[in-house]
Amino acid sequence: MSTTDNDREDLESFRARARSFVRANLRPVDPDQMVGPLRNERSDEQELQAVAREREVQRMLFDAGQAGICFPTEYGGQGLTRDHQRALNQELAGFEYPSRLQAPTFSPCAAVLLDFGTEAQKLAHIPAILRGEEIWMQFLSEPSGGSDVAAALTSAVRDGEEWVLNGSKIWTTGAWWSDWGLCLARTNWDVPKHRGLSVFILPIRQPGLDVHRIEMLNGSKEFCQEFLTDVRVPDADRVGEVDDGWTVGTRWMFHERMLTNSPLITIPAGMSHGGGTKPMTAVARDAGRLDDPYVRDLVGEAHMLEVVDRHLRRRVGEGIATGAMADQSAAIGRLFVGTTAARIRNINFEIAGAAGAAWTEDDGELAFAGSDFLMRQVSCIGGGTTEMARNVISERVLGMPRERSQDKDVAFRDVPRSATTRS
Amino acid sequence: MLLALSSDQELFTETTAKLLDELVPVGELRRLREDPVGFDRQYWRRGAELGWTSLLVSEDHGGGSIGEHGLVDLALVAYEFGRHAAPGPLAVANVVAATLSDTDHADVGLIAGLVSGTSLATWCLGEPVPGDRLGSIALDIRLEGDDVVLNGVKRPVESAAEADHLLVTGRTGEGLTQVLVPSGTSGVTVVPMESVDMTRRFSVITFEDVRLPSTCIVGEIASADEQVARQLERALAITCAESVGAMQAAFDMTVEWAFDRYSFGRPLASYQELKHRFADMKTWLEASHAISDAATRAAAEGSANAAELMSTAKAFIGDYGSELVQDCVQIHGGIGVTFEHDLHLYLRRHTLDRALFGTPADHRQRICDIIETQEEVV
Repeated sequence: MSTTDNDREDLESFRARARSFVRANLRPVDPDQMVGPLRNERSDEQELQAVAREREVQRMLFDAGQAGICFPTEYGGQGLTRDHQRALNQELAGFEYPSRLQAPTFSPCAAVLLDFGTEAQKLAHIPAILRGEEIWMQFLSEPSGGSDVAAALTSAVRDGEEWVLNGSKIWTTGAWWSDWGLCLARTNWDVPKHRGLSVFILPIRQPGLDVHRIEMLNGSKEFCQEFLTDVRVPDADRVGEVDDGWTVGTRWMFHERMLTNSPLITIPAGMSHGGGTKPMTAVARDAGRLDDPYVRDLVGEAHMLEVVDRHLRRRVGEGIATGAMADQSAAIGRLFVGTTAARIRNINFEIAGAAGAAWTEDDGELAFAGSDFLMRQVSCIGGGTTEMARNVISERVLGMPRERSQDKDVAFRDVPRSATTRS
Repeated sequence: MLLALSSDQELFTETTAKLLDELVPVGELRRLREDPVGFDRQYWRRGAELGWTSLLVSEDHGGGSIGEHGLVDLALVAYEFGRHAAPGPLAVANVVAATLSDTDHADVGLIAGLVSGTSLATWCLGEPVPGDRLGSIALDIRLEGDDVVLNGVKRPVESAAEADHLLVTGRTGEGLTQVLVPSGTSGVTVVPMESVDMTRRFSVITFEDVRLPSTCIVGEIASADEQVARQLERALAITCAESVGAMQAAFDMTVEWAFDRYSFGRPLASYQELKHRFADMKTWLEASHAISDAATRAAAEGSANAAELMSTAKAFIGDYGSELVQDCVQIHGGIGVTFEHDLHLYLRRHTLDRALFGTPADHRQRICDIIETQEEVV
């Protein structure tokens, strides 16, 4: 049964309920304890503890009717609106929240299940996701592919009522503590690349699926690569039609570009880029340079970019929701957040001065400026590169001619490939 | 501009656009280049009939808004002004009318004249170096018996030669004072300036022992700080919306050019290097719409974060808008820097607006001041 406008909880009573739940149950966040993006600060034990706590918080949200605000009620959600989600986000400001469960579990993975999953798949997984019992990863990128995700080499071969998967997936954040994967695989090599793909769901912890942790240049080991060797998936766990995986994939990447702008994502209001690094004034103060007019200019610029980003995401989100903007406009938000986060890293590094090169533990927030700067491009690569976003905006939003490609109307097995993946 | 307009707002915007198309097409803007006033008073009155000058004025004083907030409606007009590079002192005329309405000015006939467009008033805020930074006001206003005496210099003042009244913001000790000075008052010297814009005219005004009855004070002496802040937010809202309109016009024109112009047998729009720059421009443009609308709404509602949002909008739209419009020039090539092509009309308008009411750098400093103060409060 779907909720009608009449029996839907009104915004103010929802907000009051969210506020009392958050204040009574969730721990305030100590800004000094917040961890930056892909910073190598936690031991594995601490990371697992944090994951366990987030599952617990998600369960508490679920029990309190504060999980899956924009998910349909038939799958355990609240069936409410973006405004309700925004109210919850506002009430969560300054409190802990299940950050690791948001992307990619709620969006794009759960979003894709809602769009294309069978009734049985949705009933089996969406409520479990909302209860914090299932954390999902995207098995999308491959070592051979980069941005060309439709050129997936991971193969799925039918064997009776099962599929046998072989290949490798990469850039899954935290696959070593996750439960399920949404996997794009090639089911037909004799047709052009977009017409021979299918999507499957599979448990991550199983024989034949090896999770290897990738060490990033700053020592972080959040990202993983998976090796699939004869992984068997029942046909009932296929999402979408056989060989029609690109229909799913297109929508999948739309959800990915929506990032935190997706109504399925919970994120405390006012969260800055990098998920809670300190405000730039704190960095400037730790540097002893808050009185320097040049530094004040940079602080103003960084704050400006964060505020504009927030309002741009809101505009694009509302534009897409109301149909005033094409779905592909999600790439606009993706491009802006990538380039501005990189600029903010520059500002941070500039303010830190020589402490960006060498620091001690007494240097406070400055201690991160150097390695954050080394990792600067992550914001322009992860979640689809900014180059791909620029292609989408120019071609799909502005309608400019598509780039020429060498793989159109050619059987995928005959498409030229990188030297390392030719067989 | 807002994504969702009410039907009344939509009609209002369309009517404004139609009037601008009719009265100030680009040919007329080119003609007005040589005109010392830069606009026709009949044009201004026609706009006033539509509501260009009455949206911030209370209903008691003959004004009224279309939607919930007059400032949001006025930003729609300003956006169309930017898209058309339209003439007329939209920001300052509205600021003065609103202030006289806010302070229940005794001369109701004057407010009615401003609302109907038969009378014109301007705002004297900026001052010469070193007092040219945002918020530094030095013009001296002091009481002498029943008189008020003004000494100082204001620049740039828009449409000063044409205005019937000047709203002068000055300093009385620690506080700000505002005085409404009739044009032609003894001691007031107006010297015209050159401007980057085709039709907008500015002057330097010197006030030398300008003596008026103290009834010319608008509001209370030495306590106009809040009112001046409000005026600044309004002027910024109008200026930002107009800038976004100019950006939109330049962008649309350049997208069209990219499809029509062929080099090496291909349209410009097929080159990935250019496509990626269009993607950046589209992103900055949407971001400018978003922050302009958000800041205007905050100012209209009197939100606590209005100043922060408005400075954010002015700093962002100034910097990123210049990059956008200049890149539009670059993509046009040589024709983009000629007088013959229309692109410079929008480049001029954006450039003017960027420098008025605080530069991007001024506003970045102001943002830092504001967030530092917020931290102290927390």
